[in-house]
Amino acid sequence: MDWTNLLVNVAGEIIAPTTAAYALAAIGLNIHFGLTGLLNMGQAGFLLLGAYGFAIATIAGWPLWAAVLAAILAAVVFALILGIPTLKLRGDYLAIVTIAAAEIVRIVGRSTTLTDLTGASSGLRGNSYKHTFQDASPFPDGTWELGPFEYAINASNSWWIRIVGWGVVALACLLIWLLMRSPWGRVLKGIREDEDAVRSLGKNVYAYKMQSLVLGGVIGAVAGIIYVLPRAVQPDAMGRSMTFFIWTILLLGGAATVFGPILGSMLFWAALMLIKLVMRGTVPETVMRSEQIEQFGWIIVGITLMLLVIFRPQGILGDKKELAINAH
Amino acid sequence: MPTDSAVRALADVPREPGAAKPDPIVVADDVVRRFGGMTAVDVQHVEIQRGAITALIGPNGAGKTTFFNLLTGFDKPSSGTWTFEGRSLHGLPAARVARKGMVRTFQLTKALSRMTVIENMRLGAGSQPGENLFTALVPPLWRAREREITEQAEELLVRFKLDHHRDSFAGSLSGGQRKLLEMARALMSKPTMVMLDEPMAGVNPALTQSLLGHIQALRDDGMTVLFVEHDMHMVRHISDWVIVMAEGRIVAEGPPETVMQDPAVVDAYLGAHHDTDLGDDALLSDDVAEQLEAEVQAEEEKR
Amino acid sequence: MRRAASSRARSWTSRPPRVVGTVGRWLVLLLLTLSATALGQSAAVAATEQCAPTGESACINGTIRTAAGEPAVGVALTIEGEGQELAATTGPDGRWSASVTSAGTYSVTLDEGTLPAGETLRDPANNPREVTVELGASRPALFPLGAPAEQAPDAGDDDGAEGPGGGDQPDDAAGEPGEEPAGVGTSSSGGVTMTRFVQQLVSGLIFGLLLALASVGLSLIYGTTGLSNFAHGEQVTLGGILAYMGVQFWGLPLVVAGTLAVVLAAASGWFQDAAIWQPLRRRNVGLVQAMIVTIGLSMALQYVFQFFFGAGPLRVVTSTPTSVSFGPVLVTRQTVASVIIALVTLAAVSYFLLRTRTGRATRAVSDNAALAAASGISVNRIIRVVWTLGAGLAGLGGVLLGLYLGAARWNSGGALLLLMFAAVTLGGLGAAFGALAGSIVIGLVVELSSLWIPSDMRYGAALVILILVLLFRPQGILGRATRVG
Repeated sequence: MDWTNLLVNVAGEIIAPTTAAYALAAIGLNIHFGLTGLLNMGQAGFLLLGAYGFAIATIAGWPLWAAVLAAILAAVVFALILGIPTLKLRGDYLAIVTIAAAEIVRIVGRSTTLTDLTGASSGLRGNSYKHTFQDASPFPDGTWELGPFEYAINASNSWWIRIVGWGVVALACLLIWLLMRSPWGRVLKGIREDEDAVRSLGKNVYAYKMQSLVLGGVIGAVAGIIYVLPRAVQPDAMGRSMTFFIWTILLLGGAATVFGPILGSMLFWAALMLIKLVMRGTVPETVMRSEQIEQFGWIIVGITLMLLVIFRPQGILGDKKELAINAH
Repeated sequence: MPTDSAVRALADVPREPGAAKPDPIVVADDVVRRFGGMTAVDVQHVEIQRGAITALIGPNGAGKTTFFNLLTGFDKPSSGTWTFEGRSLHGLPAARVARKGMVRTFQLTKALSRMTVIENMRLGAGSQPGENLFTALVPPLWRAREREITEQAEELLVRFKLDHHRDSFAGSLSGGQRKLLEMARALMSKPTMVMLDEPMAGVNPALTQSLLGHIQALRDDGMTVLFVEHDMHMVRHISDWVIVMAEGRIVAEGPPETVMQDPAVVDAYLGAHHDTDLGDDALLSDDVAEQLEAEVQAEEEKR
Repeated sequence: MRRAASSRARSWTSRPPRVVGTVGRWLVLLLLTLSATALGQSAAVAATEQCAPTGESACINGTIRTAAGEPAVGVALTIEGEGQELAATTGPDGRWSASVTSAGTYSVTLDEGTLPAGETLRDPANNPREVTVELGASRPALFPLGAPAEQAPDAGDDDGAEGPGGGDQPDDAAGEPGEEPAGVGTSSSGGVTMTRFVQQLVSGLIFGLLLALASVGLSLIYGTTGLSNFAHGEQVTLGGILAYMGVQFWGLPLVVAGTLAVVLAAASGWFQDAAIWQPLRRRNVGLVQAMIVTIGLSMALQYVFQFFFGAGPLRVVTSTPTSVSFGPVLVTRQTVASVIIALVTLAAVSYFLLRTRTGRATRAVSDNAALAAASGISVNRIIRVVWTLGAGLAGLGGVLLGLYLGAARWNSGGALLLLMFAAVTLGGLGAAFGALAGSIVIGLVVELSSLWIPSDMRYGAALVILILVLLFRPQGILGRATRVG
């Protein structure tokens, strides 16, 4: 087995655009769950809507900024539709409704009725909506090498998407850092602990939850854009399992922390890549076929999620005393 | 002990359910709440005197807490209207009720356990611009108000003897201290009326006296206090006026000394205890009342 | 849930119309009238199923992998020739296949725009390529990916760019246009709306009844423990897969295999409670935490199933079932038997809950666990019974749904999970009889809605109902309002 190549691959995973997209999605979920205690089990729905919004608007000829705005708008509308019936209900209801709503987005998106718009189950090709983003790059075309990493500068899985992706993640972190230290964040924290108490103190709990849902959802939608820029919009790749990966990432890094989602995402994808590469190099094809290795990786993710929640619910960076999970 | 002014103001009020008060802060009419087929609350008319401590008592299941929830917007009535300071509160959500100056506490204390005591207190304050999502991002816009709030919170913590716990998590406090914290937190918004749901429940006897003192101090500061209580000792000692509920209705009103002798109250409270002679005045001493109350509660729990 | 796609593909490409109107056929007709694109798309979905050549059909297939060796998902291909035009898309494993009904030469075109980011054909000149097939055989059409001589930049992509897209086997089950129950049909293939309505009505009732088996267990578990069990779908899958193994691997008669599957599924429930949930309760792990544990478990189990059984449909019974007709509705004997089994089982569960000591204790625990414990009921024992019963019922549901819908699959239960939640919520969380009523309603909604909306959105219709119920009557149809605080 080629250890250098393996390490380069694993390290490459840490800075990959997918990792940034998942980190961002987890930051959005962190606002919902870590800060407010909302059990959003449909984060992938926000990502998918963001991806659709961006891709469809771009294909329709909208400029980059307008397409991003369309994605954000889609997330806002979705959050409002989702929040109005459910934010007054108990937590586990919200979990069921959000997971159902995300599923509805996917079902509608992949429906043959909307083929002209969404491409149905085969989705939208990356090349049909990447150009505005790539054209916005200030760098010359070509490839660039940094140490062992060599990527195209602007085209698809590029340095450009890495720079923008991680830049957005950094901005989102700053936002969370500011909000967690503000009176606004304090109200959310209070709601996470006991919303009736906060209501009795004259705060409009419903409005705060809605703000949290919208803000986290918008961040999710932007994550969706970053996620699909180096690939295609595939409704079936952005379903329930994506939501569960985001949850695993958040809980791994630590809910209600600023850097938890980033650390979680990096660890998650790097570890998964490490497992896959090591197994591909050591387990003979007769024992485990390559798609089985893939599945083996996801089995480990599932088990990790279980063990994590049971034995270290505060994650790596979390503080047990301020445990965000299980506030009610 | 009741202050003179409140007692004097209530002296001429007739001792009957729904009696008109000289200066009512809350007036409720025909408030009805049904759960399925059961009527939990059916209050025809009631007025709460401003600046007095009014106790709301009654056996378990009398609808006290539900009535409390209705007044404070935590529950929606099937029908009925009520006003607070002359304005209707009907249909207002709980948060708006609180912002109008009617702040409540809960029977099961809702201290926010994984927040520190001082953060709990700060949360109680109103008009903090930093509680707006956009302003929150620019600290200079809310720092000044935050300092004011913190000062006010620290004063209250000293008054409630919680200043040593300023930076501990609320979850680490004792039951009584949490009650105190909840009350102090409610005062952060400078309310005109404080609604206490069983302030004595689960409080260590050593803290009882200081809690009573705090409640009286609220009235002396000009606030109106309405509280639900099971502890007859407390009702006798600090309330200026007592309203008795049974089976969702108001069955009697009056000053604490006389209301206990009202046959309707005896019936309501002790209906299940006819084997005891209730005509005897001595029976209504605090101890006996407490014991009966405990019995009623025990029965309730068995059910 | 899934055999449908392939069976439907066959029903409209190879089977003569004498296979009198299965529901699938109906929906195909509906889709046909929708648009040519719709047809192409639905065929595309169908083609991701593994095609098996029969005497009257042949298969063209292949697997597309990226330069890095990962399966390339969602690549679209068109197959043309002999008067037919078909579409195919690669599945999560990178495989695609298409079923054709006449021998001859076909031209296969790969839509390069659908390749994963940065991937290109190694030999663009060889697209489209010609394939000659004979009936009853499979022929590959291969399209290797990689760097053609002149274009290099993106070919060396790290695997990361694919993220889970390459390996993710998402929960694509719900709402797939191909999922049609095979058990019900009409005796007439005319477009009479009334006939269609009756037929969908019957399908809905049957589906709802079978779904109820699974939902009642979910509801009982929620009622007694407060846990929203997201891994309940996998109990359903387990039942179907065990029946498949019994019949196909061990060669048992269907009845024996089915019974064994239910017993093993029930045992798995007992074991699960003993190994996971009781220890968690003892540790005082909160409900939200436990709920997330069920999500992890669901994920792990789904991929365990896929690890051992692959992503394809697992057909419990391969023979063609015989049918009986009730008025305009044609139902297979198997389905009639399934319905009777489901009715008897649900009646037995009702009897258990209402008349037996343990059943009454179960309801007492549901009402108020602390009170039940105080009155001498062993809450842990009851919860163990409920887990065993719930898993057994789900297993039975899995077996019967596997038969009704044609096949079990690694995620067939997961795809139904939200419908079960919808049913349970509709009936009022934790109310077992509510779950029964809710399941019937959901079954009807799913089947009847396809009269008015495209059939690939019908699961969506059920989920919309779920949200509407929560909006207007959060306590469910049969639930009661309670005091706040």
